Amino acid sequence: MNRFEQELKNDNFVCSECPKCQKLVWPPSEYCNNCFGSVTWRKVSRDATLLEYSCKNGEYFCVAEIEGQIRLVGKITNPSDLEMGQNLTLERCGYEDGEKFIFKIKKQALE
Amino acid sequence: MRRVGIASSGLTKFTKKDSSMESLMISSIKPIFDNTKNLTQKDVDVVLTSTNANDKYLANIVSELSGISPKISHSVESLCNSGTNCIVSAFSYISSGLADVALVTGAEKTNSPGLVLDWDKSRGQYKHPIYWSSLFTSAHMRKYGTTMEDLAYVSAKNHRNSLDNPNSCFDHSYSFDEVMRSKNLTDNVRLLDCSMPCNGSASILLASEDIIRKFTENPVWIKGIGQKSISAGFTKNKDLASMQSTMFASSDAYSMSGNSPSDVDVAEVHDAFSICEIMALEDLKLVGPGRGADFVRDMYNTENKKINPRGGLIGTGHPLGATGIAQTIEMFQQVQGTAGKRQVEKARTALVHNMSAAATSSTVLILQS
Ligand SMILES: [Zn+2]
Repeated sequence: MNRFEQELKNDNFVCSECPKCQKLVWPPSEYCNNCFGSVTWRKVSRDATLLEYSCKNGEYFCVAEIEGQIRLVGKITNPSDLEMGQNLTLERCGYEDGEKFIFKIKKQALE
Repeated sequence: MRRVGIASSGLTKFTKKDSSMESLMISSIKPIFDNTKNLTQKDVDVVLTSTNANDKYLANIVSELSGISPKISHSVESLCNSGTNCIVSAFSYISSGLADVALVTGAEKTNSPGLVLDWDKSRGQYKHPIYWSSLFTSAHMRKYGTTMEDLAYVSAKNHRNSLDNPNSCFDHSYSFDEVMRSKNLTDNVRLLDCSMPCNGSASILLASEDIIRKFTENPVWIKGIGQKSISAGFTKNKDLASMQSTMFASSDAYSMSGNSPSDVDVAEVHDAFSICEIMALEDLKLVGPGRGADFVRDMYNTENKKINPRGGLIGTGHPLGATGIAQTIEMFQQVQGTAGKRQVEKARTALVHNMSAAATSSTVLILQS
């Protein structure tokens, strides 16, 4: 199990980042896919944006974007009135027979 | 750069019956040697094999079984567009002058390892192809108002076309109503919106302009090639309502052959799922953005076979490594005028569209007489 998978298993979503290019390197890698410099690892924001979704047997799955750079396919646990661009939270991630990403619609702050 | 043409081809029937990889390949190579005048094993410089199977040294095993001692022999793997990738490699060996004659053979079995994708981390637990096709479908419906009826016309049309294809893995057709009523795998992808894995093989013989007339009076030239991979990851597709790699690949292919989309008389497009045919028509610029569904409905109503005359992947079955070669054989026969009941009138310019892994990679070939 590599670093990414180990962290994911502990519900930490980490990604490689190039300090020189100041960008996340996704999918995770040892070297930057722009300059081939060495990467550092950091936790990625759990805030996400809904880009698209569909549904299988009542279970909703979506494409969500994080930090404007990483797009993931994951489950939505509390789907209702889904709208594109809606704010989501990466509620949980995991690793068993592969990656798992689970998103939740963020409750809007009361005005 | 020398011109490269298609001289001959061979196909097996696509089936659910199991057989070995070598047996599949040799079964589609045999008709090439049976039916091509003046062709002997000594003429063949290159043997390339296309499959997602993990068989080792396959090109040499198949060469030995065919009595060929090639100069160049190896496998080509790029998931579902392995077949056209393999043809592009063979083209390059011939056009560069490294070789004169290339035998390209592709095959797959229903239990292909190419059906299970585990490297794409961004897909999370949604690694089965129905998920990306469902998300493409959602995006296309949102952007262009595509409906479940629109998708059903793709499948019903291609199943109907395949009735005239003796190599199809189906012995009957599915009607529009049957597609509409077929089991939902997701909210917007039904069982009959999917192409089915099967066993099958397809082989094609390419030769340089200097020698091709030894084998055929009626060669078909590969005039345009475009191939583009944007990524290995599904979520790198910028707009989920279109296939970026297909746009790049077709633009290169049109410019190499000096054609525009309006020159295309007949095409095989990669309908892995119903939505893919609608998107391909738009991304190949055969119709305007958002016009793919209307065009399919019109073809269905007028029995027009311009797109996927052999039945595409949905109507014929999808043996991954053989698919791109089988698509190319159909376009070869259309341009030669030997497609029989499937023949599209005045088919002079033909296009092949073959893509893989959630449209992250596409190959486009343009063939002319
Ligand atoms: Zn860098």
